Amino acid sequence: MSEQMKTIDLLIVGAGPAGLAAAIAAKRAGVMDLLVLEREEEPGGILNQCIHNGFGLHRFREELTGPEYAHRDIQEARDLGIDVRCGAMVLEVTADKVVSVVSREKGLETFKARAVILAMGCRERPRGALAIPGTRPAGVFSAGTAQKIVNMMGYMPGNEVVILGSGDIGLIMARRMTLQGAKVKACVELMPYSSGLNRNIVQCLDDYGIPLMLSHTVIDVQGKDRVKGVTIAQVGEDRLPIPGTEQDIPCDTLLLSVGLIPENELSLGAGVKLSDTTQGPVVDNRFETNVPGVFACGNVLHVHDLVDFVSQESALAGQAAARYLKGDDDKDASEVAVVDGPGVRGTVPQRLMIPKGEQTEGLDLMFRPDRVYNNCFLTLRAGEQVLLSQRRRIMTPGEMATAKLSPQMLEALKDHKELRLEISAQKQGA
Amino acid sequence: MQDVIIIGAGVVGCAVAQRLGNYAGKVMVLEAANDVSCGASKANSGIVHAGYDAQPGTDKARLNIKGARMMQELCSALGVPYGKPGALVLAFDQGDKPALEALLAKAEENGVPGCRIIGRREILAMEPLVNPQVHYALHVPESGLVGPYELTCALADAAAENGVRFQMNTRVKALRHEGKAWVVETDQGDYACRAVVNCAGVGAGELHNQISSRQVEIIPRRGQYYLLDHTQPLAFQMTLFQLPTVMGKGVLISPTTHGNLLFGPTAEDIPDGQDTATTHKGLQEVLSKVRLSYPEASTRTVITTFSGIRAHEKGGDFIIGAVEGAPEGAFEAIGIESPGLTAAPAIGEEMGDWVAYYLKLKPNPRYIPPTPLPKAFSTMSEQERRVACQTDPDYGKVICRCETVTEAEVRRAIRRPVGARDIDGVKRRVRAGMGRCQGGFCMTRVMEIISEETGIPFEEASKKGPGSAVLTGPIGEAEDE
Repeated sequence: MSEQMKTIDLLIVGAGPAGLAAAIAAKRAGVMDLLVLEREEEPGGILNQCIHNGFGLHRFREELTGPEYAHRDIQEARDLGIDVRCGAMVLEVTADKVVSVVSREKGLETFKARAVILAMGCRERPRGALAIPGTRPAGVFSAGTAQKIVNMMGYMPGNEVVILGSGDIGLIMARRMTLQGAKVKACVELMPYSSGLNRNIVQCLDDYGIPLMLSHTVIDVQGKDRVKGVTIAQVGEDRLPIPGTEQDIPCDTLLLSVGLIPENELSLGAGVKLSDTTQGPVVDNRFETNVPGVFACGNVLHVHDLVDFVSQESALAGQAAARYLKGDDDKDASEVAVVDGPGVRGTVPQRLMIPKGEQTEGLDLMFRPDRVYNNCFLTLRAGEQVLLSQRRRIMTPGEMATAKLSPQMLEALKDHKELRLEISAQKQGA
Repeated sequence: MQDVIIIGAGVVGCAVAQRLGNYAGKVMVLEAANDVSCGASKANSGIVHAGYDAQPGTDKARLNIKGARMMQELCSALGVPYGKPGALVLAFDQGDKPALEALLAKAEENGVPGCRIIGRREILAMEPLVNPQVHYALHVPESGLVGPYELTCALADAAAENGVRFQMNTRVKALRHEGKAWVVETDQGDYACRAVVNCAGVGAGELHNQISSRQVEIIPRRGQYYLLDHTQPLAFQMTLFQLPTVMGKGVLISPTTHGNLLFGPTAEDIPDGQDTATTHKGLQEVLSKVRLSYPEASTRTVITTFSGIRAHEKGGDFIIGAVEGAPEGAFEAIGIESPGLTAAPAIGEEMGDWVAYYLKLKPNPRYIPPTPLPKAFSTMSEQERRVACQTDPDYGKVICRCETVTEAEVRRAIRRPVGARDIDGVKRRVRAGMGRCQGGFCMTRVMEIISEETGIPFEEASKKGPGSAVLTGPIGEAEDE
C-alpha cells in the first residue's frame, strides 16, 4: 500500500438523498469511520434544484420542497457528526476498494476502504442518444439542465418551448417555465402512455392547458445558431413516424425528458456487474453487488420516481454495509435468483440471500410493468409453487411497483433456486 | 496593409498560418465563424490516411503521403492526440479481390509501406468482431488517427505565438485587385494585403471564381456520423474501411484518438454548403452499411450524431497554389476533401513557403517553436495528477464528469493564444461537454468560466458565437399559480 493511502471503514460516493440516507443508517448502526464524498459544492444532490413541492409524502407525511427534504438529511448527518466532504470528485474505485478522489483543497487522495456504497445517482439521456435528426443549434436542453438554469441560476433557457418526453422532470419544467412566462407549446411523448407520475400530468400540463401528445415524436430540429422550430410526427405501433402526420412547431427551445440513466462508470471500473434492464448494478437483498463490500443504492441502482423510496432503500443499504463491516454476515444463506417474468421489468434486488434460521423480517421487491395494465394480477412464483397472486387495479411503467415478501415467503423460498415475478390477466392458482 | 491575409481558419488555413509564422511578415487570418475549426475540420473522420487510395500522380496523392509522413512529429510537437492503429479495407465478395489488388498497386505506386492483402482468418485474428462473411482485406499498417480540432486549434496557437492575428466573425464577401494590392471585402469592412490565400473550404469556389479565368465548381458533400461512447473494451482497435466508391472512401468504423468509436460518413451531394443537419435517412444508411462490417453494431452507446461538409471539387483533385488566371499575389487551396486533414500539414508547408517566396519574406528572427499542449488530466498517471493539483489547485475541481476535465484545463482553453470564446470552443479544445451527457452537467459551469475569463456577461455566453446564446434572459417574477 502506498504511504499516501489512507484507510477507512466506509466510503460513500455521493451526498444526494441516497448517500445521505445510507450514511445516516450506517452511522446509527455503529459505523464510526465513514466519509461521504460529494462532487458538487453542497450536499443534497438533485434535490437542490427541485424547488417544487411534493417530496416526503410517504416518509414524513408532509409535502416538502426538494431543498427542504434534503435539508432534513443534511441536518441529521451533521447532528450525527458524519463527515460529508463536498467539491470532491471520485475518479476511480477499484475492485479492492481503493478509491481515488480529487478536490481543490486536498488535491489527489487515495483511500483504502473496507466497504464502499455507490450512490452517484443518474443522469439524463441527451439528444444524441436518441439520434434526433436536424441541426445542432443552441436551445436544446435536457429538462434537468433547464431546471438548474431556472431554479439555481435565475435565467430562462428559452421563451417558446416544446418538450420531448413526458418524464417527471419534463412535466415539472413545463409548469415551471409557464409560470415564468414562457409558452410551452406541446409535450410530445413517443409512447402511448406517459412515463411520468399521473399527478404531474394533471398538475403540470392539464392545469395549464399544455397538450400532451402521446405516440408522437420530434423528427427534425431546425435553426443554425438557435433553435427556430421542430417538426413532430405521429408514430405507429412500431414507434416509427407515420408519413403525412408531420407538423412544424416554431419554437426557440427543445427540452428533453427522455429518460434517466444510472451513472455507473465508477461501478464498471470496480468490476461491478450491471443489469441490462435497470442499467444499474446487480445486487442482492443487502444491496451488495458482485464485488464483496461494494454496495449500491438510490438512482445509481435503478431510477426511482419518488425520493422517499430512495431514502428507504438507501437506509437498508447503509445498515447492510454496517453488518458487513461487523463481519456478522450469514455465510450459509440460501441464494435465490429473482427473475423478471412476463410483464415485469427490472426487478431489484436480482438475488436474495436468505439467512439461516427463522425469518423475522420481510423485504420489498421493486420493479416496473412493461406497459400499462388494468385489473391485472401480480404473481410471485417459486418454481411451480405460487407464493402470491395479487390483484392490482392499475400498473404503469411510470410508477415503480412493489411486491412484499413476507417472512413466511422467504422461509418457503429457501427450498428454491428461483423466484419469478409475472403479470397476467387472470389470477394464478395457488 | 497586411502582408498576407488567409481566408478561413480551418485546418488548412491554420496550417498555412503556422508555416507563415516562420517568416517575418504581417499575417492575418479572417474567419466567418466565432472560432477556428468550425467547418469541415471539426466534423470528419479524424483519419490520417496512409495514401493507398489517392490516384497516383495527383496533388492529392503527393500531399497525402507527405502530410501523413509529417503528422506524427507535428502532433508530438504540438501535443495533439495521434495514434497509428492501422486499417483494414474489407471486401465481402469473392469477386472484390481484383479491386483490393488495384488498391494495393496504388498503395505501392504511392509509396505506402507495409500494405498487403490478407484473408479471413488473419482479419478475424486482428479484429474478432468483423463480420465473419468477410473474404479479404487490405491491411494498411500506416493508417493513423488524429484529433482534427485539437490539431487545428494547436496550429492556430502556434501561428498566433508568432504574431499571426486571427479575426473571427468576419465573413469574406469578395476579392478585388487594386494597384499592387488585394482588397478583401468582408462584412466587417475592407482589408488590404499584398498576398491573399483562399482556404475558405466549402466557400472557396465562389471567391476563386471572382478572380480566376478558370472556373471551378465546389460540390458540398455531406457526411453524417454517429459518435459512440468510449466504453471498454472498445469493439475495434483499427479503422475499418469498405471498398471505396466513386463518392469516396465509404462508410468506416474507427476508434478516435480518445477511444470513442465513430460510424460514418454518408456522402450526399447537397445544394447548401452550410447544411450540416443530420437526417433520419442518412443515419439509417450509416447504420446499415456499418452492419455489413460489424453485424452487432448497436446505437445503444451513441452519444451524438453530427454531419460535416467536405468541399468536393468537380475535377476531383486538390487545387493548390497561385490562382490560375488571376493577378499575382492570389493563392488558394481548393477542393480539400478527404484526405485533406492528412494533407493539411503538407499543404500548409508548401503554401506558406510559396507565399513567403513570392513576398520575399525573411525568416522570423523571433520565431517561437510550438509548445506542446499539456497532458489532459484524464490521461495523467496518479503521480502526474498529484503534482498537477499541487501546482494548480484548479486541477482539483472536475468540471466535466464524463470526460474528467478540470477547471484548470477549461481556464487554459480560454487563455490560449487563440482561446475558446464559446461553449463549443471549450469542448473542442479540452473535451468538456464531449462525453455521454453532452454537457448536461457542465455547460452552465463552463459558461461561468467563459464569463469570468473573457469578461462577457454570463447570460451572453454562447454555444458557438453570435446568435447562439444559451439563455434568453434573467427570470422575471413568477406568476401566481
